[in-house]
Amino acid sequence: MAWANQDKTAIVGIGATDYYVRGKSWPRTINDMAGEAILKACADAGISVKDIDGFSYYSTAGAGYLDKFDTASLMETLGMPNVSFSATLTSGGGGCPGAIGLATAGLVNEDCKYAVTVMALQQLPQHRLGVVFGASAPNPENSFLQPSGLVGPGHLMSVLARRHMHLYGTTQDAFGEIVMATRANTHNRPKAVRKAPLTKEEYDASVMLADPLRRLDFCLETDGAVAVITTTMDRAKDCRHKPAVVHACAHGGQREWGRAFAWMGMPDPHFASSGHKFTADRVWAQSGLSAKDMDVALIYDHFSPMVLMQLEDYGFCEKGEGNDYVLSGKIRYDAATGKGVNGGVPVNTHGGNLNEAYIIGMTHIVEGVEQVRGTAINQVKDAEFALVSGGPASLPVSSLILRSA
Amino acid sequence: MSEPIQYGPALLLPGQQIRITTNPNTEPFWEAAKEHKLTACQCAACGHFRMPPSAYCPECSSQEVNWPTLPGTATVFSYVVCNKNPANGEDYIYVPVVVDLDGAPGARLNANVTGCNAEDVHIGMKVVVEWTEIQDGWVLPNFRKA
Repeated sequence: MAWANQDKTAIVGIGATDYYVRGKSWPRTINDMAGEAILKACADAGISVKDIDGFSYYSTAGAGYLDKFDTASLMETLGMPNVSFSATLTSGGGGCPGAIGLATAGLVNEDCKYAVTVMALQQLPQHRLGVVFGASAPNPENSFLQPSGLVGPGHLMSVLARRHMHLYGTTQDAFGEIVMATRANTHNRPKAVRKAPLTKEEYDASVMLADPLRRLDFCLETDGAVAVITTTMDRAKDCRHKPAVVHACAHGGQREWGRAFAWMGMPDPHFASSGHKFTADRVWAQSGLSAKDMDVALIYDHFSPMVLMQLEDYGFCEKGEGNDYVLSGKIRYDAATGKGVNGGVPVNTHGGNLNEAYIIGMTHIVEGVEQVRGTAINQVKDAEFALVSGGPASLPVSSLILRSA
Repeated sequence: MSEPIQYGPALLLPGQQIRITTNPNTEPFWEAAKEHKLTACQCAACGHFRMPPSAYCPECSSQEVNWPTLPGTATVFSYVVCNKNPANGEDYIYVPVVVDLDGAPGARLNANVTGCNAEDVHIGMKVVVEWTEIQDGWVLPNFRKA
């Protein structure tokens, strides 16, 4: 059944700061960078920052993983006269595109007129994301995980990748192809952190951090901020750009995934998955579409194997066939034709978290908006539908389909 | 594809760098571990196992629990080979494993495995519990190749 809110809202403004290598944004502050992203998103939309009356966050309103956004503080900083919607999805980066569904809820409920979704990230030495699990004081729940030395997200997701390799014969070559294929999309992007083409020899020489994962299978650590503005379709028509229509959006997950790699109790086949099957099925049911209908897929890539597992969960290929799908070139973007390769759907035409920048998923939304506007740097020809996914992690994870107006 | 790495012996993370905390739901597991008894939280009403221990049975909502003494054997479900001690960043080969506990279907533990080289750990490998003293007088279940 079609989603009740299908095509009722649109993303109309996108804004971002420069992308800084981890720790290099100092002496800027979180609210300085968040403010720049919000003001640029307003300028892009053609509205005043004073028009914003809604805040729709994810990651429990986190700014990074240890800082927090506060609506009143942003309001005081940027001067919105009033706010009538302020809400967040729970958990972490899994909810990123789901925040647009939350914004849609506020908009169609007429709680607000323009909702902003923002993420800002700044890793000062004491705030490094890679050791968040290990640095947190032991609580009764993680006392069943942390003593094993599974202290970083890379350790945790390596355990899932290893199970996938065992069950389906998946190879590290496929992980390497994901990194190389998406690296090939950054050479022409001025703001990308990693722009040099990557060879298989260079990938194979990358240091092994958590066997089977190498340094290059881990995403970048970036400082910066990104904001997007969502509004109703009638208001979107008066904005500067062609609206990126919110066609379907879902967040959540099922109990068999649950706390995921913070738990490790998932039964097969959920263990060696991205946990996205539930929201994938929901957005396909909401839209009547399927993976083959997507023109471009912006797949959250904190770790390369999780891209492969999402391709399976969204149905770009069958479960267990991600290795062959990836190695047949099907996630690549062909700049000469503006299309996919070998019948595939181009993945992460912006380079993703692995190569462009890591702002906890927001860059994937920005690329989805630019693709359906027709203004992307690596534009997919005649892009009508863009899939955006949130980070595989403790639920909620989330999924978004943007449509060209 | 590059050649598999030869890591050498899989080590235990030193117990003196490991801390845990407990709550009333989890404490019976850790009290049993002090006596070198491996247990898991089992619903006394429907028999379903759940780990970590929690306040309700997710199957039947009962709060009654049993703490059966398990055989102490397990099977490696998945693993990762790590090469830095998380306490200080120094080179250190250890292998976190996720194991399925014999006698407690559906219950898993995360631990270190020893008794073999890191590159020889594999999914399906049989292991047996061994006990590691950690901070504050608690004892941690780890596993050794059977």
